[in-house]
Order: sequence, then C-alpha cells, then structure tokens
Amino acid sequence: MSHNAYITETTIEGADDGPLAGRTVAVKDNISTADVRTTCGSAMLDDYVPPYDATVVSRLKDAGATIAGKTNMDEFGMGTTTETSAFGPTENPAAEGRVPGGSSGGSAAAVAAGEADLALGSDTGGSIRCPAAFCGVVGIKPTYGLVSRYGLVAYANSLEQIGPIAPSVEEAAELLEVIAGPDEHDGTTRDAAENGGNYDYAAAADGDVDGLEIGIPTELVDDADEGVTEVFWDAIADLESKGASYHEVELPSVEHAVEAYYVIAMSEASSNLARFDGVRYGNSGGYDGNWNETFAKAREEGFGEEVKRRILLGTYALSAGYHDKYYKKAQDARAWVKQDFDEALSEADVLASPTMPVPPMKLGESLDDPLKMYLADANTVPINLANLPAISVPAGETEDLPVGLQFVGPAFGEQQIIRAASALA
Amino acid sequence: MSDSVVDPEEVRHVADLARVDLDDAAVERFTEQFADILAYFETLDEVPEIEREEELANVMRPDEAHECLSQEEALRNAAETEDGFFKGPRVS
Repeated sequence: MSHNAYITETTIEGADDGPLAGRTVAVKDNISTADVRTTCGSAMLDDYVPPYDATVVSRLKDAGATIAGKTNMDEFGMGTTTETSAFGPTENPAAEGRVPGGSSGGSAAAVAAGEADLALGSDTGGSIRCPAAFCGVVGIKPTYGLVSRYGLVAYANSLEQIGPIAPSVEEAAELLEVIAGPDEHDGTTRDAAENGGNYDYAAAADGDVDGLEIGIPTELVDDADEGVTEVFWDAIADLESKGASYHEVELPSVEHAVEAYYVIAMSEASSNLARFDGVRYGNSGGYDGNWNETFAKAREEGFGEEVKRRILLGTYALSAGYHDKYYKKAQDARAWVKQDFDEALSEADVLASPTMPVPPMKLGESLDDPLKMYLADANTVPINLANLPAISVPAGETEDLPVGLQFVGPAFGEQQIIRAASALA
Repeated sequence: MSDSVVDPEEVRHVADLARVDLDDAAVERFTEQFADILAYFETLDEVPEIEREEELANVMRPDEAHECLSQEEALRNAAETEDGFFKGPRVS
C-alpha cells in the first residue's frame, strides 16, 4: 500500500562494505543526490537534477547504504504536515486518514511503513521530530554544526540540521554515527571531539537511566492536549521506575519562541529563496521582458502558497522600518531562549516534554489557518533557536494515535538524549 | 488586533520587493492572514533586551584553486544557455 512517501523511487547502490551495508535509507528530497532529481517538494524544482552529492549522501554511500528514494516533504521544508508538497500529501502509515507530520513526513512514513530501513530528514523547527512523533518512529535533531549541511537546499541556515529517522533509538544512533562530523565544505560544522563529545552514539543506546536527572519545562507540558499529557507522564513514571528522577523547571522565554522562530526562519527564507529566478535552475516559465517582472512571474508559478507567504512575511520583517521591531527582537528572544535552556541543563542531564502538543491532525484539517499550524511547533522550535540536540521517541498512544516524547540535551550531548530515549524504545 | 494595519497595497509592495507576482485573490487572503500573524509577532515587544554572548570564530581556508563543477555540469539545469553561458530572459 502506498502512502505517497516518495517523490522519486530509485536505487542508488553504496559501497560493498560498511556499517550500513545491506540497509536501505530514504533521503528527504531537499538533500542533493547526484544525477537523481531533487525537488524540495516544489514545482519550482520538479526537474532539477543536482550535479553533486550532499556530504551526508556521500557518507551514506561510503558506509554501504542503498538509497531507496527521495521522500516527500512540505515545500522547501515549510510546513508541519507534508501537505504543502507540490506532489500531494503523504498519509500517516501509523494513523489512517491523518497527516504524517512535517516537514520530513515522507521520510518518517517510509520508515513507519517499512518502505526503508532508515531515513534522513532535516529539522529547521521540528521537521524531523514532528513526523517521527506522529508516525511512531524515532528522530534525532543533532546539535547545530554536528552534521554537514553541504548539499542541503537551504531554508533557514542558522537553524537547520540534517538528522536520522529510524524504527529504534539504536538504529537512529547508528545512522547518526555515519553522517556526523566536520566537513570542509560546511564552515559551520564543528568537531564533537573538540567540544566535549565523541561519536560513539550507538553504544549509548543501553537503556541505562539509573541516576538520570530529568528537567521538565512546565511551559511545554501545560498547554498540551490532555491525552498527550497522560502518555507523557506515564512515560516519565516508567523512567522513574528504572531509576531516573525528575524536577520541574520554568523557561519563561519559550513563551516567545514560536514568534521568534518564525520571524528568523522567514527572514532567512526570503533571502535564501531569492536564488530561484529560473535562469540557472528551476522553473523559468519562458517569459521575456523586464527581468524583475519575468522573475516575479516564474516565481508565482513555481512556488506554492505557504512558500510565498513565508517569503513575503520574511521580506516584510527585514524591510526598512520593521527590521528592529521584528528581526532584532527575534534575535534577542533567541539569545534568551538559549540562556534559559543552558541554565536548565546545568541542573539536569536532559530535559523532557511531549514532542508535539497534539496528536496527528486529520488530512486537510489544518491547511486553512497558517497561524494555527505555526503554533503546533511550540515544543520543537525552541531547541533549534538554542542550537541544541533533541530526540523524539515513541512514548505510547492516545486514542490509537502515536505520541512522541522529546528529550533535549546540552550541545554535543547526543549520548545523553540517546541513552535516555533508549529506555523507552 | 494589530496596530500596524496591513492593507492590500502593503502586501503588493512586499510582493514586488520579493519578486513574487500575486493575483487579487492571493492579495486578499494574505492581507487577512498577515494581520493575524503580524499581531502575533508583535508579542516580541515583551522580550527584554538580552546581553548576547556569541562565541563566533571566523572559519578560513587557503585561497587556492581546487576541483569544482565543470562548465557543462554547472549549466545542466539551465532553461537556456548560449556558448557556455547562462541565458537570461530577452529584455525587449
């Protein structure tokens, strides 16, 4: 049965040997694959064929993985449901008639449906963790700088990271080991070994939470759906029975995280997506005349509604007279969020919350109200603003719908979140 | 609602700056949605000024020629090319 998880199904063979030999990996369609179409879920790029591999794709091949295809996604990563794709929505294999979450919905659906052993997604404001939670699988958003973004088609550079999606914590950790580490092609990558960490992620999935101290940010639990909250506290009780303890923490800054995230992400998007003029690549429409006008026509045709909305709002936030009011205040909020998290993590090994405040929405339910959709990201965006690592792990179900639990760790503390999560799945 | 009322002209102006054509129906939808979204963004006014401690370091590499895409590869996705160059729209 097809859930429309893939935009392009293909087989790219990797090396004969390696840690991922014999395993298939689905790759989100905003990650460049040489000679295989990479659309970003957009009509703008529906015939774009990259001439080179993203660094993570080279590392998959070197590790012996077989790439199974390019997965469906919200257009340019802009969405929480995978419904803004120009290639139609993906259905949630774990919850019939529901969205798989987004924007890496195709990657999570491919893993949940068994159409790939593992997958890569990208996470700008929750785009790995949300679909992992909604599809009942595991997703990791790495520390900013742990994984190379070379070959990832940019949406909001200062926030996004590529990361693994897998059926279990251990498998997600194995895939992270393959893709993590510095890259000369991405100047923002940093070596975990020089920042208090190391790359032995799979070994950390030992389920040992004896003595683990968990901080629970009340702001990220109180506003969640009742059924979600119940599953969350049951999972915390389970961890307590295995020797962990918890305390509640307050993070006043997160009340402003969603608006700060959207101002920053949209501003970066308006700049990044300026490159799509149809001359070097992408939809040109074949118009002649004044270049500003021909480009504006090509872009009207090529971009969908949500992408236009974000480009325009980002352009507005950066325009004369509004820069200080929106963009500068958003950067203040980002610094505040970072301080709050650093402080909370000085007294806890990990922080925990529901990944998503709601269970997966019905297909078609949330498209009409963009602001409502943005607010669904309340628990995931603060982590991107703070540059920290986080994992979403299945915690149970409410009314047969999957619920994910999110652990957040200190920068380059991937082992801590992997260990905590492995006690649950 | 928002203090800074967004009118259709403002949406058209921003669309013009962003080089995105919009039909009248889209202008109308965006005008309405932007009022809500910008009103929400305005809660950023409550954020205190924060002393930022950025740990930034320049990342440099030697300025040396190295392998890169061939001209053919670089042009492969262009709608129109001529003599090894990208070709833009005819101006008149």
